[in-house]
Amino acid sequence: MLVHSRTGKWAARALFLVLFVPLFALPLLVILAASFATNWSGAFPSGPTAGHYTSAVRGESLQALTTSLVTALAASLLALTAGSWAALAAAALKKNGKRVLDALFMLPVAVPSVVVGLAVLVAFSQPPMLLNGTRWIVILAHTVLVTAFAYQSVSAAILRLDPVYEQAAASLGARPSYVLWKVKLPLLLPSLNAAAGLCFALSMGELSATMMLYPPDWMPLPVQIFTATDRGSLFTGSAVAVVLMGTTLLVLLAVSRIRTRASFR
Amino acid sequence: MRADHGPDRPVAAAPAGRPAGHHPERPSGAAPAGRPVGHRPARSAAEPHRPGRPAAKSPRAAPRWIWALPPVAVLALGFLYPLGLVVQQSFSPDEGGTSVEPSVEPYAEVFASEAFREALSTTVWLAVGATVGCLVLGFVLALVIAFVPFPGGKAVAKFIDVFLSFPSFLITLALLFIYGTVGMANGVWTDVTGAAEGPFHFLTTPWGVLLAEITYFTPFVMRPLLAAFSQLDTAQLEVASSLGAKPARIIRQVILPEALPALAAGGSLVLVMCLNEFGIVLFTGAKGVTTLPMLVYSKAILESDYPAACVVAVVNIAISVGLYSLYRVVSRRVGA
Repeated sequence: MLVHSRTGKWAARALFLVLFVPLFALPLLVILAASFATNWSGAFPSGPTAGHYTSAVRGESLQALTTSLVTALAASLLALTAGSWAALAAAALKKNGKRVLDALFMLPVAVPSVVVGLAVLVAFSQPPMLLNGTRWIVILAHTVLVTAFAYQSVSAAILRLDPVYEQAAASLGARPSYVLWKVKLPLLLPSLNAAAGLCFALSMGELSATMMLYPPDWMPLPVQIFTATDRGSLFTGSAVAVVLMGTTLLVLLAVSRIRTRASFR
Repeated sequence: MRADHGPDRPVAAAPAGRPAGHHPERPSGAAPAGRPVGHRPARSAAEPHRPGRPAAKSPRAAPRWIWALPPVAVLALGFLYPLGLVVQQSFSPDEGGTSVEPSVEPYAEVFASEAFREALSTTVWLAVGATVGCLVLGFVLALVIAFVPFPGGKAVAKFIDVFLSFPSFLITLALLFIYGTVGMANGVWTDVTGAAEGPFHFLTTPWGVLLAEITYFTPFVMRPLLAAFSQLDTAQLEVASSLGAKPARIIRQVILPEALPALAAGGSLVLVMCLNEFGIVLFTGAKGVTTLPMLVYSKAILESDYPAACVVAVVNIAISVGLYSLYRVVSRRVGA
């Protein structure tokens, strides 16, 4: 306990509230309020309506939602496979090899996502692999971007793994593949779940690379929000943003429920 | 299984009941025959984490790095090869002219342009300013959460985790409603003072971007700080305060030294992320605020000037990757 006096404590809490509420809680509340409003000129929004939601869950917004969900699902599954494979392979390597793999797989975090989008656009608009204009280019870019996060969280989990279990299994005669499937992966399951949730949330909100390469028939939710606000329809954009946040939260919640089940196994 | 087995006991004990050549983890015959059993415990003592693995020098077993090849190949195809093409195109003045011999002409052109130099300086000062702001704000907030407990503190920590999973441009969208020309703050101002319009017009200036970046990235500083604070022994604080130290002195002499590694790690991560931030700047929609990622986007998509976009991209990569490797070195050294 840092502050002992009663007034000091309340002063610290008041400072916290003054900083925290306007900066962090207010923005999300404001978006929620705006999504139900028709007009906002003054201190508070006016003209309550649910009309933005009826348009946010039909037509092109609904299509954008399914686009985002499919993209995020595909990208996180691919990224999880590649990332955890790489993390498991890196854990078996010696120090230098692991360092090289770490550097390679962390590179997409350091490179700006806009540049990742540009690079994918430049590379896959050429004859050998012509993906430009298809949905695959979006999924590919998202996969590249979130693989680094999958790699990072899975390799951190491998470091924390107690080696006694796999040693015991190996000493009882289990082959490496058996140890991997029956011991290591089940022990890693909670972290794999968490990594999947992280990848999904990142891919759902990814805008920078998507802006560089989305084809007209594969427009994810963030792009939809941008085009709506760019047209000046801020309230529709807010409703779509609330749909985006809600969907992300629901999926994260579902994933965390799986995680608690997995950790009891 | 007995609970008192040390980490290397099962392995040391296993070969005793088996022929020397049958190592438990590997099909028979792959081991060099006649390897003395007695060597194994010694090996496992030197390498306590992987005692059961076969010796890598064995002639017929596949080396371990083979297993690293498939993901690396996928990464090379999806990321490294495209990145290489960007670098290559940044050296070729003609679009698509990959056969033209490399020249630095695009670089000279881009470096000479006013727009690029302005974008570079805007990017750097915005990133540095946002990082400093995040560090100060994150430190204060984490300090209160960790050391002045209040009901709902856990919920706040959870809220921060949720906050991190939302995309950054939502903050700018919200700021439009709060500080926009007809938004909340200006509305309150006109209601209270009766003036025709409010005083807040900073949203389309770099200050609006700065505010949005500080808001969005502060949780990235708070997370490692909260982790570091949770490992701090509170007895140290009690001792310091019972010896008469005031809170300011405890923060300066006890808490701050402990928090420095987490601050360094979180700060450099935020610096890199601010340099790469695109969504916030795009949603601000201000013509006056152009950062390097924004310049890449406008050159490539709006002007279709790919060589120039690639040059800006290479500069941006150089800055970000350089800083990020610094972050990795720092965070590895301090163990954060």
